Amino acid sequence: MTAEFLLETRGLTHEYPRTGQPPLQVLDALDLQVREGEIAAVIGPSGSGKSTLLNILADLDKPTSGEVHVGGGRGVAYMPQKDLLFPWRTIEDNAILGLEVAGVKKKAARERVAPLFEEFGLTGFEYAYPAQLSGGMRQRAALLRTVAMDRPVLLLDEPFGALDSLTRTQMQLWLAETWQRHGWTIVLVTHDIREAVFLADSVHVLSPRPARVTRRFEIGLPRPRNADTFALPEFALLERELLDALLNVSA
Amino acid sequence: MTLGRLIRMLWPPVLLAAVLIGGWQLVAEYAIKNPEVLPTPSQIVSAGWGQRRAIAHNAWPTLRETELGFAFSFVLAWVLATAMDFSPAARRAVYPLLVASQTVPIIAIAPLFVVMFGFGIGPKILLVALATFFPLAASLAAGFANADADADRLMRSMGASRWRIFWTMRVPGALPFFFTGLRVAITYAIGGAIFAEYAGAESGLGIYLQQMQQVFRTDLVFATVAVIAIGSVALFTLTYLLERWLTPWRKHERAGREVVR
Repeated sequence: MTAEFLLETRGLTHEYPRTGQPPLQVLDALDLQVREGEIAAVIGPSGSGKSTLLNILADLDKPTSGEVHVGGGRGVAYMPQKDLLFPWRTIEDNAILGLEVAGVKKKAARERVAPLFEEFGLTGFEYAYPAQLSGGMRQRAALLRTVAMDRPVLLLDEPFGALDSLTRTQMQLWLAETWQRHGWTIVLVTHDIREAVFLADSVHVLSPRPARVTRRFEIGLPRPRNADTFALPEFALLERELLDALLNVSA
Repeated sequence: MTLGRLIRMLWPPVLLAAVLIGGWQLVAEYAIKNPEVLPTPSQIVSAGWGQRRAIAHNAWPTLRETELGFAFSFVLAWVLATAMDFSPAARRAVYPLLVASQTVPIIAIAPLFVVMFGFGIGPKILLVALATFFPLAASLAAGFANADADADRLMRSMGASRWRIFWTMRVPGALPFFFTGLRVAITYAIGGAIFAEYAGAESGLGIYLQQMQQVFRTDLVFATVAVIAIGSVALFTLTYLLERWLTPWRKHERAGREVVR
């Protein structure tokens, strides 16, 4: 793998067999390159094979051909669309799920996640159950669980998709601010053009099925990003350019 | 729970029971006037109290059969539901038998069990298990099957084994379903034991009921039935306590979202 990229796919192709028909090709030689410490947004028309790509990146499915390289060799930490917090576990015990699965003892795992609660706005909710939390808090708890796994790449599948518009914007602002301190490498799969431009360093536009990366945008907006970023003329221009690209591939 | 809430919760059932018992007392005392046909509640209580030693003596074997039969059923239900969860072939093989077991009439099979296994406790345990097994196993299997496929994917992406996923995700997720089945099953348990005793036993509430019927002690029949009912309600209540203890998160789900941001 090239040292330049922390996550790289080469020629990912995936087909689903169908009875009585030729196999359904979902991915077509998809190349995706993500540098260390960047947020890479993957955006595409619906039905473009994003969930297949997610499954392959999260190592839940093997591609028909092609390769995935993740630096550090420990795979990605996957955050699904739904928060999937277990209702029978407290927020603290939900947060340590990945560590427990990795064989870390409960007590040690709790000690490791404890310092994260303040940053994630969950102080005082360590022993609450998920049903006691609002949608935004649940999403932050799910992200905490993902970060706590301590893997080199975070793979987020439309993390704020289910939230109302205001909460979603608050979460985007919060993520931009928190990312600034940690410099996580993130692959962000999203439908939301504004979210992609606001959060990402690079935006990868997928074609309709079978999916390839048709365009790669570098988002050079200044960091740290905050509410003022939305008002930058470049922001509006990038949003417009990305919209055009998506309308083109969808046409 | 505060005392005030307890009183608010309890007065409707208590009032209804008082009205029913009062009506019964009046009908039996002034209209029927024959304790062999319908004794008054006060006659039942005093007869039952008078025979409390005999009733208690017969209640112990019945309780023991219920306990052991239920324990057997419980273990079997978990083993089979787990096997069904792990193997689709096991599921296809076992499920029809499970349903069939529920359709077996206990009255028909109880005498056969006595012929096969004798008058001891063995056939009673089997009959209680037969009566309670289906709701336990079926509710548990349904609970496992209800697990979120996405939660399964999440845990697999973390590198969890099938067993780890089972214990960490599927078992706790199935508990609320299981308690529903447990409540249904437990109301069948004592009834199953009584039936089993009808078919042949040395002692037990089923035997005592039969004996009192033969000598027309309707008051003691009712007293025994009351003891059985109280026992069933006590077991039923126990399942709620157990549920509160083992699924503490559920009360928050019922209360809804209390805290916002």
